[in-house]
Parts: sequence; C-alpha cells; structure tokens
Amino acid sequence: MGLTTYFRKKSPWLLHFNSGGCNGCDIELLAALTPRYDVERFGVKLKGSPRHADILVVTGPVTKQTRERLIRVYEQMPEPKAVVALGSCPASGCVFHDCYNTLAPLDKHIPVAAYVPGCPPRPEAIIFALVKVLEGMGK
Amino acid sequence: MTMVIPIGPQHPALKEPEYFRFEVKGEEIVDVDIYFGYAHRGIEETFARRNYKHNIYLSERICGICNICHSTCYSMAVERVAGIEPPERAKYVRSLILELERIHSHLLWLAVAAHQIGFDTLFMLAMRDREHVMDMREIISGGRVHSATNAIGGVRRDVTREQVPKLLENLDKVERSVNYYINLFQTDRTIRSRCEGVGVLTREDAIKLCAVGPVARASGVKTDIRVDDPYAAYPNLSFEVITETDGDVMAKGMVRLREMVESVKMVRQILKEMPNGPLRVPVDLKIPPNEAVQRVEAPRGELLYYIRSNGSEIPERVRVRTPTYASAPSLKPMFVGGTVAEIPIVLWSLDVCFACNDRVTLVDANTGKARVVTMEELRRWRS
Repeated sequence: MGLTTYFRKKSPWLLHFNSGGCNGCDIELLAALTPRYDVERFGVKLKGSPRHADILVVTGPVTKQTRERLIRVYEQMPEPKAVVALGSCPASGCVFHDCYNTLAPLDKHIPVAAYVPGCPPRPEAIIFALVKVLEGMGK
Repeated sequence: MTMVIPIGPQHPALKEPEYFRFEVKGEEIVDVDIYFGYAHRGIEETFARRNYKHNIYLSERICGICNICHSTCYSMAVERVAGIEPPERAKYVRSLILELERIHSHLLWLAVAAHQIGFDTLFMLAMRDREHVMDMREIISGGRVHSATNAIGGVRRDVTREQVPKLLENLDKVERSVNYYINLFQTDRTIRSRCEGVGVLTREDAIKLCAVGPVARASGVKTDIRVDDPYAAYPNLSFEVITETDGDVMAKGMVRLREMVESVKMVRQILKEMPNGPLRVPVDLKIPPNEAVQRVEAPRGELLYYIRSNGSEIPERVRVRTPTYASAPSLKPMFVGGTVAEIPIVLWSLDVCFACNDRVTLVDANTGKARVVTMEELRRWRS
C-alpha cells in the first residue's frame, strides 16, 4: 500500500451527486455525516469539488439532463476513485424504472464499486458501504 | 449572450441540480434567471400508467423530505374522486405524521440555513435534534424517511398506546431545543447581521407573485391550507397561523421556528384526543369517471393534486403542483438589489426543494463578462 493510498483510506472525501432523486437518500447521507452517526470523526468529509474527492456518492435514477454532468464530474475526479450507488434508484431505477426521462441503472454509465440498497438506506448502511469501499481501495 | 452552464458537484445540503444565472453590477445583483428541470423524471406520465395503489408509492417518491404530504394529498384526492370518507382515527394519524414531517423539515431548513451563513455549529446542533423527530417517525411508521403509512381509504399503521410515552418524551426534547433556537435566532449577532433586512419580499410582491406557505406568511399574507381548506383532523385541532410582517430572511426563519412550536402542541393534542376506531375503509378501486382537486399545506406551502378517473383502476390524469414551483417567481424581487454574498441564504430562505446550484454564473453587467463561482466560494465572499 502506497503512502497516498494509506492516507486516502484514513480520510476519504466524498462528493455527493444527486442525479434527479427524491432527496430521501440525500438527507440520509446528511444524517450519516451529522452528530448522531458522525462519520466525520473518521475523516469522512463531504467536499464541493470533484477534484478533491475520492468517493463519488450518486443518488437518484440518472435523469437525461444530469447524465452528461454526472459523467463529467466522474471524469474530473483524480484516480484512484470509487463510486457508491446510494439507494435503490441508481441500482435499479426503483419506482422510476419505467419513467421516460430516467436512464437507470447507474452502472450503464459509470463503473460502480458498491451498491447500497434501500429506499432510502439507513445511515448505518451508508457507513457500512463506505467501509467496504475503503477495504477494496487498499488492495 | 450564450454560455456553457456548469452545474457540477453538489454540496452537503441535499441538493438537486438547478441552475441560476445572476447578472451583477459589481457586487449588486441586477437580474436573475432561474432554470428548472434537471430533476425531471416524468412522474406525471408514469402516474397515468400505474394503478391507484402503486401510485401511492410513486407519489411518496416525488420528494423525500415532504413525502407524507405527497402521499396524504394523493390518497385524499383519490378518496374524493371515489367519494369515500376515511375513518376518524385515520385522519388523526395522518395529521400526526404530517406535523412530525413539518417539524423535521423546518429543522432541516434551520440546519442548512445555518450552514449557508457559515454557522456550522448550529447546523450540527439542528441536525442532532432532528434525529429525535426521525426516531418518532420510525416508531410510528417503521421508516425514517419514506413512511408508506397512507393507504386509499385510511392509513396502514396505528399509533399504539405503548408508543405514546416514547413519542411524548422525544417531543419534550424537540420543544426544548426549538425554544432555544428561537431565542438564539433573535439574539445572536451573527444570525441577525446576516438575516435582518436581507432578501425582502414585500406583501404586495408576495400577493402578486402568488407566493405560498411560510414565504407568504413571512410577508404578512395570512394563508394556510390547514385553515383555509381544512383536511384530515385539522378542523378539530387548535393552532395559530404564524405570520410576520418584515418579509426578510429573519421573518421567514421566525415563521418556520414558531410553526414548529405550534406543531409540537398539535402533536400533543393529537396524541391526547385521538379517537378509537377502525383505520381504513374498504375501497373499490374501479373508480367511475370523475375528477377532484385536493390541497395540503406542506412544510413549504400549498401542495395541490388533481386527479381524473376513467372507470378503470388506472387514473387518466394526475397533476401535481408543488410549493417550490409556486414560490419560485418570488425569488427575483428577493435577489435583485442585494449583494452576491447574500445569494446562498436568500435562496435557502425560500426552502427550495430543488435547490442544488452548487455553482452560479455571475455576469458583470458593465463588461458583459461571465465567470463561474462555486457555492463554497460564495459562502466565504466578503462584500
């Protein structure tokens, strides 16, 4: 394990991208970061810029308008990077699977490292997914 | 002038992608354009392809923050189309979860508003106290966010006697913290200097631009669907419609904070006075041709559902009008004349549900040059 990977594992920074979801997963991600669950104590921080981020957290069923930006944000992130598909929407489309303006699942557009099922998943599940992704990053 | 619109990364506050184009002269905002539609999924079309029961879950997923308002409004509209009346206890359960939703939504507003003015301690505190409400929602419905409690003809879950003491205990904690925040909002120097006299919406503009909910009430317009067009158990509940007169960010915040106190009182009254009886009535979901409109006071204002049935199990048309859509035109008078540093908090004072402009484009009216700044930069902006 290189030095950069070591430190990245100790303090992974997240980038949150809502690709047209309902906000349910987004508030659960926020709950995971705030005092009750508090992943910030492990160095997990939400960042505003893709160039600072290690993990891209995507929510929502990937609408046609957001697809292009999603890919651009993904491409702007430095290697090594990982994508977490948060909630049922990016995994399968959830209730929006047959809407005319959605392009779910997410893995048709960018590679995904972890899926967190649930509508929305609980904060514990989000933390578990982050831990799993970090384990994978070290290898 | 045309330009590439860079909507990029989102910031921590649960935002959906939206785009605003501000025209500025030095520090002053002279014009603003608002672009909607990044989160368009085609839900109304999907409504007309699924049956009435499936649509409850679809309506819930229009918005995760006010999902109970959506499913309640949808269920009540279908009940109205079918001409049935839900049992009394179901109405009380609906009012109970609706008020809990209002408290959690307003606490979320407070948290993000604090973040927007750079007061991150308050952001964390409000999110901590919001967890008590999430626990209450979980006790009642089993889900922290999506409740799936509503059904056509009543509700699916009851509030049992064993649950009440825990609910009341959490309610006390929430009330204590809300009272603390009201005091803080009125006395803290940071909050007052960032919120007073900023983003003013006059009473005339609020009426002219058809603002709804807390935005209108902060400008002195006494409008509340719970009183104007009562539904669920609200005719039997006693509460005050909170209004303020100033119309600035401070007034909008105070309306929301004081509404939470009213909501806490209402929840107590509901738990005390809830009648016994059945939870649902059976419904024949082959609804003959008919149409109906139902309104609900969501945390952000008036939510409207229109449903037309055609004799089958599938509605012919469902139309949804959400409160943010109704209030969005009010953003223009709130922005114009203000400074660039005010953009995040003024935007959030509307409690925009689509909100995710991590980046805005600034166009200098003198030179015609456009440049792009991120929301993070804006928060640190010193005017």
